[in-house]
Amino acid sequence: MCPHGARVPGYCRWVKFFQSPAVKVGLSISIATGLYGVSFGALSVTSGLDLWQTMALSLLLFSGGSQFAFIGVIGGGGTGVAAMTASALLGIRNGIYGMQMNALVSPRGWRRPLAAQVTIDESTATASGQEDPGEQRRGFWTAGVGIFLLWNLFTLVGALAGNALGDPKQWGLDGAAVAAFLALLWPRLKGKEPAAIAVVCALATLLAVPFVPSGVPILVAAGVAAAIGWFTHKPVPAGMAPDIEPYDEPYAGHDGSHTLAESERRAAGQDGGPADGADGKEAT
Amino acid sequence: MTLWIWILIACAISYLTKLAGYLVPAKWMKNQRMSRIAATMTIGLLASLTVVNTFSSGQQLVFDARIGALLAAAVALLLRAPFLVVVIAGAAAAALLRLAGWG
Repeated sequence: MCPHGARVPGYCRWVKFFQSPAVKVGLSISIATGLYGVSFGALSVTSGLDLWQTMALSLLLFSGGSQFAFIGVIGGGGTGVAAMTASALLGIRNGIYGMQMNALVSPRGWRRPLAAQVTIDESTATASGQEDPGEQRRGFWTAGVGIFLLWNLFTLVGALAGNALGDPKQWGLDGAAVAAFLALLWPRLKGKEPAAIAVVCALATLLAVPFVPSGVPILVAAGVAAAIGWFTHKPVPAGMAPDIEPYDEPYAGHDGSHTLAESERRAAGQDGGPADGADGKEAT
Repeated sequence: MTLWIWILIACAISYLTKLAGYLVPAKWMKNQRMSRIAATMTIGLLASLTVVNTFSSGQQLVFDARIGALLAAAVALLLRAPFLVVVIAGAAAAALLRLAGWG
């Protein structure tokens, strides 16, 4: 399996690592996601944040949707507290992902606080699309760490480029922000119900804009969405699919239909699932 | 300077939310209502951010070049373009409309 480099210590282990399907998926999703850090960096500095504030968001906050939400509110003239609130509400799903990854990946000791930081849409999707516990672990860490490194590198590139551009409107950067939010929303609009929620919340926002300060219409929409979720909940959550489905890739061995609802059921530990032994207390 | 404070609070909340997922008892995970609210709220917030960035200017609703960006992005997404291409399409549409003298 690894004939040539047998004399180099650790060589075969690396070869094996890069032959793992989960690692390949994790690396490709790292590159795809990391690259769009350029658009975050550029939009952030044109929204009025400086280079270090932009880097703080990518290094410390590290959740694409929340970061775009923060700068989107600031760019639209909203207050810091409104930006923080929108970002925090949009990050709630990461807490749900954390529970799932705790069951699937079950990091222990010093790895746990690190795993928490890289728990985002893409690392969760990469891990929950794999069946084998070892592969789930490799997928999670490859995607999580890979995206963290590239996202921050390309945020820096984008922020430096954005600073050099001058008038952001001339380059259509406000249009880029519109496109970025639509692209983040798009993969979640599978089926009539998520689309209906999106339309209702969009209308609620437009109705609120003339009457409340900047940034607040977004929070009005969050309240409407939460009310819809509260009153219409049913056994299987819909629209929980992460932003990106890494298993659309041609080499993937899966059908791309893994939703978090499915992985949640698996993670709940039925039928000797991958969570067994990892966090066995929930198997009952 | 106050912006820094909100940035750091947002960062702390983001990290604590993620960490909380690893620390809460596993049975909480079976609370379907919480999962569902997290899902509907994500959709609602992203939809709201999209229209705010397209149609609002302060407290006014306006129709300008950003509508072109929204349409261009939608077309790119229908054609299954990757994220970065969608963003570039949006920027290009808004820039070209302004160059043509609209919005």
